Amino acid sequence: MVNVNDIMETIQMIQEENLDIRTITMGISLLDCCDADIKRSCEKIYEKVCRKAEHLVKTGEEIEMKYGIPIVNKRISVTPIAIPLAVSGGNPLEYALTLEKCAGTCGVNFIGGYSVLVQKGFSAGDKELIESIPEALTVTEHLCSSVNVGSTRAGINMDAVKMMGRIVKRSAELTAQQDCIGAAKLVVFCNAVEDIPCMAGAFHGVGEPDCEINVGVSGPGVVRSALSKLPKDADLTEVADLVKRTAFKITRMGQLVGREASQMLDVPFGIVDLSLAPTPAVGDSVAHILEEMGLEMCGCHGTTAALARLNDAVKKGGVMASSHVGGLSGAFIPVSEDAGMIDAARCGNLSIEKLEAMTAVCSVGLDMIVIPGDTTPEMISAIIADEAAIGMVNSKTTAVRVIPAIGKQIGEELSFGGLLGAGPVMKVNYTKPDIFIHRGGRIPAPLQSLKN
Amino acid sequence: MRAIISVVGKDTVGILARVSSLCASCQVNVVDVTQTILQDMFAMVMMVDISKMTIPFAEFSERAADYGKEAGLVIHVMHEDIFNSMHNI
Repeated sequence: MVNVNDIMETIQMIQEENLDIRTITMGISLLDCCDADIKRSCEKIYEKVCRKAEHLVKTGEEIEMKYGIPIVNKRISVTPIAIPLAVSGGNPLEYALTLEKCAGTCGVNFIGGYSVLVQKGFSAGDKELIESIPEALTVTEHLCSSVNVGSTRAGINMDAVKMMGRIVKRSAELTAQQDCIGAAKLVVFCNAVEDIPCMAGAFHGVGEPDCEINVGVSGPGVVRSALSKLPKDADLTEVADLVKRTAFKITRMGQLVGREASQMLDVPFGIVDLSLAPTPAVGDSVAHILEEMGLEMCGCHGTTAALARLNDAVKKGGVMASSHVGGLSGAFIPVSEDAGMIDAARCGNLSIEKLEAMTAVCSVGLDMIVIPGDTTPEMISAIIADEAAIGMVNSKTTAVRVIPAIGKQIGEELSFGGLLGAGPVMKVNYTKPDIFIHRGGRIPAPLQSLKN
Repeated sequence: MRAIISVVGKDTVGILARVSSLCASCQVNVVDVTQTILQDMFAMVMMVDISKMTIPFAEFSERAADYGKEAGLVIHVMHEDIFNSMHNI
């Protein structure tokens, strides 16, 4: 029989420490749905997505019951819509509405893939798709959008960066009545990954199979709780070992759930994303893990080192627990989705500059950060360019998901509800980067040797 | 195929009997039971064989949870695999 202590440990992790599976995401290729007639193309997409994902939500719920572990979201990711759009031409919004209809029919929480990859330049339909993003995110509820503007091999497309500053701002303006939620469903990537199960950046890359299941795990609460039992004078080797052991256990859940879902749906199992994804719930915060390691508050000097330590240990523990690891894999630091980050940002202890440094050593990037409503498009472009540069030079994925709080200033907050949480408006630097941004063109790919 | 039933709550008369009779009514065979009482808190872990179970797993799990609510206990039924995969390599 399984050891009673092990059983009670698992139950406690789920009941009291918020252990859950963040998402089961079904990736669906739309390559065989492309048609020169946009109406026909949309019909084929609707038919295929609904056929493949018909039982996704029900299967997720059955697995929840069987293992007693919550699966918070069931999601769909599709081939970047820029591809069918390039074939069909026409109004990209028709695709947005089709995907929203798919999400409604299948009952999923999000559908991702209103995306385009333009790291080196624009091809047919790419600019039209980008221009349509603000409206697409306004007329839909479940749709998520992403744009890849740079990569280590291609450099950074600064024309796209310039556009995205305006698009992010416009997305917030059009949804100003709903706390600017449009911008919270849009992410700008450098080195985007093709098998991300996590939103808003999920899309199904062209190198992926026709259909697959990817899983994102969660569990910051479990790591924090494990660390809280360590004596305060335990050295950082012990801290790392404990994080590794805990990450192993968390990831095993993801592997089990993914394998089970793939068997039940008869769809190949893709990857487990070793993400430590926080939620706004108390006790489910990445910032609190860093504080448990010994920082008075997240954002102080030492935060980057502690996060680097955490991120590396999570990967080392998780890699052995899963047969295929992918996605973004690492600790996420979305400000509005993390109770500890929100507190640190509210009292001014956590700045965007510190967050930027933290993104150099962890999973993603400047995520779910609320900025003042009067931040100019050029400033947003410059934030994107900085973050993309970190990703490009360090051969890692970075992303920007900032939300301009239209009509609001420092001291005020936006509240998105649900997993997206709520966040205070954070201070930005108003010195103008305009001439740099308006130059456009491309930042050439960086040297891959002489690494210093 | 086996599952683990865990019961935590205030100790009262007949907990084991009630959970066992629920198992019996669904052709679920009790394989092993471990129980402890810490002060007046009752904690029981029961391993059961569900290969001949007459109702769907989800329904059994719901019935157990319903009884738990009635009796002021927290009862979870979870498939054995979750523990095996988490704690064994």
